[in-house]
Amino acid sequence: MILVIAEQQHGKLNRASWEAIAAAQQMGSDVKVVVAGSDADAGAAAKELAAADVKEVVALGHDALGAYTADGFVQALAAFVGAESPAHVVLPHTYQTRDFAPRLAARLDRAMITDCTAVKAGGPSTGSGQAGAFAFTRPMFQGKVAADVVLDGPAPHFATFQIGAFRADAVKKGSAPVRSAAAAVDASQIRQKAEEPFREAKQAVDLSQAERIVSVGRGIKGQEHIQIAQQLAEALGAEVAASRPICDAGWLPMERQIGSSGQTVAPKLYVALGISGAIQHVVGMKGARTIVAINKDADAPIFEIADYGIVGDLFEIVPAMVAALKG
Amino acid sequence: MKIVVCIKQVVTREWQVRVNDAKTWVRDQDASWELNEPDAYALEEALRLKEKHGGEVIVVSAGPARVTQVIREALARGADRAIHVDGEHLAQADAFVAADALAAAIKPENPDLVLTGLQSDQGFAQVGVVLAEKLGVAHSTIIMDVQVNPSTGSGQGGELKVKRELEGGWFQWVTMALPAVLTIQSGINTLRYATLKGIMGAKKKEIRHVPSAPPAALRQRITSIYVPSKAKQTKLVQGTPAEAAKELVKLLRDEARAI
Repeated sequence: MILVIAEQQHGKLNRASWEAIAAAQQMGSDVKVVVAGSDADAGAAAKELAAADVKEVVALGHDALGAYTADGFVQALAAFVGAESPAHVVLPHTYQTRDFAPRLAARLDRAMITDCTAVKAGGPSTGSGQAGAFAFTRPMFQGKVAADVVLDGPAPHFATFQIGAFRADAVKKGSAPVRSAAAAVDASQIRQKAEEPFREAKQAVDLSQAERIVSVGRGIKGQEHIQIAQQLAEALGAEVAASRPICDAGWLPMERQIGSSGQTVAPKLYVALGISGAIQHVVGMKGARTIVAINKDADAPIFEIADYGIVGDLFEIVPAMVAALKG
Repeated sequence: MKIVVCIKQVVTREWQVRVNDAKTWVRDQDASWELNEPDAYALEEALRLKEKHGGEVIVVSAGPARVTQVIREALARGADRAIHVDGEHLAQADAFVAADALAAAIKPENPDLVLTGLQSDQGFAQVGVVLAEKLGVAHSTIIMDVQVNPSTGSGQGGELKVKRELEGGWFQWVTMALPAVLTIQSGINTLRYATLKGIMGAKKKEIRHVPSAPPAALRQRITSIYVPSKAKQTKLVQGTPAEAAKELVKLLRDEARAI
């Protein structure tokens, strides 16, 4: 059996959960889904998950799981996974998964592979019998190479899948029975106390509405060069945005950051200047209709998703583009 | 307060990644190396906490002999002493092997706080969290602010309040008692760089080498490393910068109709 750990907040399902279910359905037909939270929240999310073609959806409820904590979720899910003894446990590679899942695998002393983009059946046998043979594909070395990895040791094996690696709408639909289960949690053993999530001061710039975006990455080299991107943006009628390192360095305000920790955009045109294409950035912009990459490194992963590209020096190419646009 | 910072040596972003002949790893014999960026932010945060609360900052790095490069850099930036968890097998270790090796070296130090970067470019984003389990202490991840109140809470070193980054611009405050492990997000602070005085001073600082034996059995094995196939066919525009720029603008106007 393949167990998917879905994710919800205040009863609202995280859409990446569907992607994890799609991955699990590709691995086999015996799929179960569990979602943890307060009774009400887990129940609401489970009801939504019942639309998937899976054997069962379990709402794993406890008052102490109302606010997410790593300790609470590890306790509850360690007990649940132990009782269900699946062959594989599949999760979406969200920030919450990153917070608790490695600890869950460590507590159960089981193998884990994270941030996978694909899974292939019939990998070399691991000799572990029960877990079956799969090769998991994951990016390594800034996404410049991919590795096929097989897991070994006793089941279950844990795998998390990168956001966007599977399509939520690829989930086979059905009508699954929903079961409510009381989570085994000792609230006195939860060490973290979590406050309500909040947003920083309201974002003044809504990049999701921009038709065109010129975005800069490390290749811009210094704050004094940001104006080169601004000139191109002006000539294109575009907004200026950036990848995380640029905002970390304070060269552009945080509110102009695109990616998993910033804004998600889908403009008509996205021009990536000196952006390598780390997945944390790509998840925020891969929905753009036309993607242009200008980068001196021909191996940069950004060229994997670009429609048009120039391998070269952005400090020469961008001013030439501005001239061509004005000419 | 006693703070341990786990740092990793990674290949530089400029290094051209090439797969080895056996297709099981990259040809890193000729790689250039640097300190993993989020770990640099973790080190900086530790140095700031020490400046505020006093105590000691110990850097720990697991890997072959080459990792002393980043250990010396951390000492030059202000760490007080270092532990090198030494083993050739650690160059390609998975997160569980790395966390086990680090935990064995860190446990006897009994630190109040352990910091590390949230991930590395070649890694798994697991080591910090698994390490917390191995050390039996609380943890929190992707941290953008660390506040320590030494006089409150029930832990050995007081109470910790951290700002956890969530997705899409959301954050959350989480409190817990020390000791704890935190994984630090890039951008939490502004990095300092080593001064000449720091570099000279680092030469006198202690680096303790702790040998680490390979585990009896590995739980994961890379069967193949390769350059991923492209999702899209990129139209690469050639020519001098002026020619390429002109052609690109033409394509964006006439073919993509994006401008």
